Amino acid sequence: MLAFIARRLFQSVIVMLVVAFIAFLVFRYVGDPLANLLSQDANQADYDAARQRLGLDQPFYIQFFHFVGNALQGQFGTSYRLQQPVSQLILERLPATIELAVASSIIALIGGVGLGIYSALRPRAISTGFIMTASLIGVSLPTFLIGIGLIYIFAVELKWLPSFGRGEVVQIGWWRTGLLTSSGLRSLILPAITLSLFQLTLIMRLVRAEMLEVMRTDYIRFAKARGLSKRAINFGHALKNTMVPVITITGLQLGSVIAFAIITETVFQWPGVGSLFVNSVAAVDVPVMAAYLVFVALVFVVINLIVDILYFIVDPRLRDGAKSGR
Amino acid sequence: MTEPVLSIKDLVVEFPFRDDVFRAVDGVSFDIMPGEVVGVVGESGAGKSMTGSAVIGLIDRPGHIAGGEIRLKGERIDNLPEAARAKLRGKRIGMVFQDPLTSLNPLYTVGDQLVETIRTHLPVSEAEARQKAIDLLAEAGIPKAAERIDSYPHQFSGGMRQRVVIALAIAAGPELIVADEPTSALDVSVQAQIIKVLKKLCTNHGAAVMLITHDMGVIAQTADRMVVMHQGKVVETGTVGDIIRRPREPYTIKLINSIPTIERKDGAATPAPAANDDGAYVQVKKLVKDYEIGGGGFLKLMPGKVEVFRAVNEVSFSIEKGKTFGLVGESGSGKSTCAKMIVGLVRPTSGQITVDGHDIWASGAGHQERRKRVQMIFQDPYASLNPRWRVADIIAEPMRTLGIARNRGEVDDRVAELLRRVRLDPVVMRKFPHEFSGGQRQRVAIARALSSQPEFIVCDEPTSALDVSVQAQVLDLMSELQAEFGLTYLLISHNLAVVRQMSSSVGVLHNGVLVENGPTDAIFDNPQADYTRMLLDAVPDISKVA
Repeated sequence: MLAFIARRLFQSVIVMLVVAFIAFLVFRYVGDPLANLLSQDANQADYDAARQRLGLDQPFYIQFFHFVGNALQGQFGTSYRLQQPVSQLILERLPATIELAVASSIIALIGGVGLGIYSALRPRAISTGFIMTASLIGVSLPTFLIGIGLIYIFAVELKWLPSFGRGEVVQIGWWRTGLLTSSGLRSLILPAITLSLFQLTLIMRLVRAEMLEVMRTDYIRFAKARGLSKRAINFGHALKNTMVPVITITGLQLGSVIAFAIITETVFQWPGVGSLFVNSVAAVDVPVMAAYLVFVALVFVVINLIVDILYFIVDPRLRDGAKSGR
Repeated sequence: MTEPVLSIKDLVVEFPFRDDVFRAVDGVSFDIMPGEVVGVVGESGAGKSMTGSAVIGLIDRPGHIAGGEIRLKGERIDNLPEAARAKLRGKRIGMVFQDPLTSLNPLYTVGDQLVETIRTHLPVSEAEARQKAIDLLAEAGIPKAAERIDSYPHQFSGGMRQRVVIALAIAAGPELIVADEPTSALDVSVQAQIIKVLKKLCTNHGAAVMLITHDMGVIAQTADRMVVMHQGKVVETGTVGDIIRRPREPYTIKLINSIPTIERKDGAATPAPAANDDGAYVQVKKLVKDYEIGGGGFLKLMPGKVEVFRAVNEVSFSIEKGKTFGLVGESGSGKSTCAKMIVGLVRPTSGQITVDGHDIWASGAGHQERRKRVQMIFQDPYASLNPRWRVADIIAEPMRTLGIARNRGEVDDRVAELLRRVRLDPVVMRKFPHEFSGGQRQRVAIARALSSQPEFIVCDEPTSALDVSVQAQVLDLMSELQAEFGLTYLLISHNLAVVRQMSSSVGVLHNGVLVENGPTDAIFDNPQADYTRMLLDAVPDISKVA
């Protein structure tokens, strides 16, 4: 198992280096960074001085080396638009995005796994038909439409919940949380539901399909023939076997929720990294874009690593498989 | 007179379809006495497994019991509500399934599954249940049961897993065990042990056994009485000795006659002595195949880390033109790897294969030559034919790729001719594989193998997925084709009886090593290697009935 994790880590480092290289190319060659940094009336001497100061006159590979070195220390340069260090910008906004992503993933997991099991165990019930139809709507409606619809119903018409922002926040160290105030929690509800709906339906359909498959296997039949209780069969034997593919998809979905919550964050004016990214693209704020690229890759690599480790915990066959290299 | 444990009377199981009702079990009646082993035998589709499912109450929807009654110790159980039936399962009726590789949950240890089952039915503590589980495993012949109890199913071999399954079935002390093909997925030598374990455990725990199988040999060894089923009906019931020696019904007689036996048939042509000279048509010399295990990915970059598993170890034999060489061995003995190397699907690590003087693994011309001359017939006719293709396209594919026939009319003529040769009506060429039975599909597969006009055909377990009576037909067809076209066969099988009937010489593979090689009769009548002797002894044979 340790060898396996070491191998995975090694692969992760390669992935991160490749992504860093792409980010570096974007950073270095999309437009002239100096044109953005210097004022309009700078002369050639100012220009050359800045080139030297920023190390832009050095060979390509040394620049890349510096870029990776700085990235490892969390330094991605200064935002053109906001004139603040990029890493500070991202760190400031990261808590908002993570709280939103985690809240929506929890909703998606609980709802998706629960409904998936229900509809798999009662494949013929009317309620199952209703759930499956509703899930089709959930998959096919675009996120912004759901968000706007929810705002219209719960914020505009019923006036139960706020329609934008994070509400009051509390500062704990560098982490600014909205989970400790009632207005913060109330603000979280609508965006979290909006973001979770697609994942929920996806997980639900996946769990259902896997569960129906597992219920047909010999070992479930044998478990029934041994007279085990329904509960033990459904939740002990069947559910655990459906988990491997569900973990994969959920992990990747969590990654994309953190990385691409852009639409939801825009609709709800949520001050997270997604909206930071959108605004940066609009202003061609290249350092932020490059840093964001590296950040997203890091999220996916870390989540993939966690998913791989979870496989080991769930499936004993893989533990032995890793020993023999298969 | 004692009361029967199980009494089935006029049982009918129906599957309603949109415009038809299929009767899988049609008026079946028989009794099983306490401690008795009753064999239910029949070919696939005879309704024997469905009868077993009805007894334990696990018929898949939309099937249902449409008539008759099932009584357990006199108490009627077929009309009980589902909750009450579920209580009987495991507690009073246990079940053993065919495939030990799939009947255990892969994510739980063997001990967890045993303890769970025991505690579901018996009021014992966790520790007591665990002790009982260890005892059961030991009784089922699992060595070092106390250590092995925390292993996962995949850490056991097939035979060991089936022992675990039997231990699980008997864990709560049921009065009746329904064993559905308990040994069909296992090797012969393991099969014999499992039958012993099943019998021993059931005797020790006083359970009667309903043994469902297609293998008359297994019944002959195990059962007291047998029930012969055909198309949902009971054809004949009686003691095993009576039915095998004096079958009354035509169907039973046909069934018994189509079973190949390892005794030599009278009047069979005396096979020519096996030739090992260089003039033989197919020659296999010192064939070796190594597989690397351990350390995938970047560990491979480190030297000295690679372990090698030798699947085939210096196997040499030769086949004369127009003869059949039988290669026997248990699963994992390397026989299929040999076959793949000989037809050119897997590259050998070392060694040489020549067909009619051409090296199979030579590049260029030899490569093309091989494709024409050597063809293969696979084990599973359900998996080896592309379900989306029509039979005509399946058979014509080798001709097209090898450029034997190009224009449409010529191809169709040849396909029709091939279908006639395998005794199928040429009209079927417009059909899809699923419209055929297993035996017919295997004929299509044979026609496909013949379509490139090969001289040498490698048959990898050509009949092991088929019923005995169909098996006999396919084997007859193969013999006729051999006589007609002078084909040379390499017949790979775990079924010693099939090999004995078909081949003129035999090789016995064990762990990748050819332990014995020679004329069929010499090896079967006077085996030299211990392993061959063990294999022959393990074969369940109906002629051994006392």
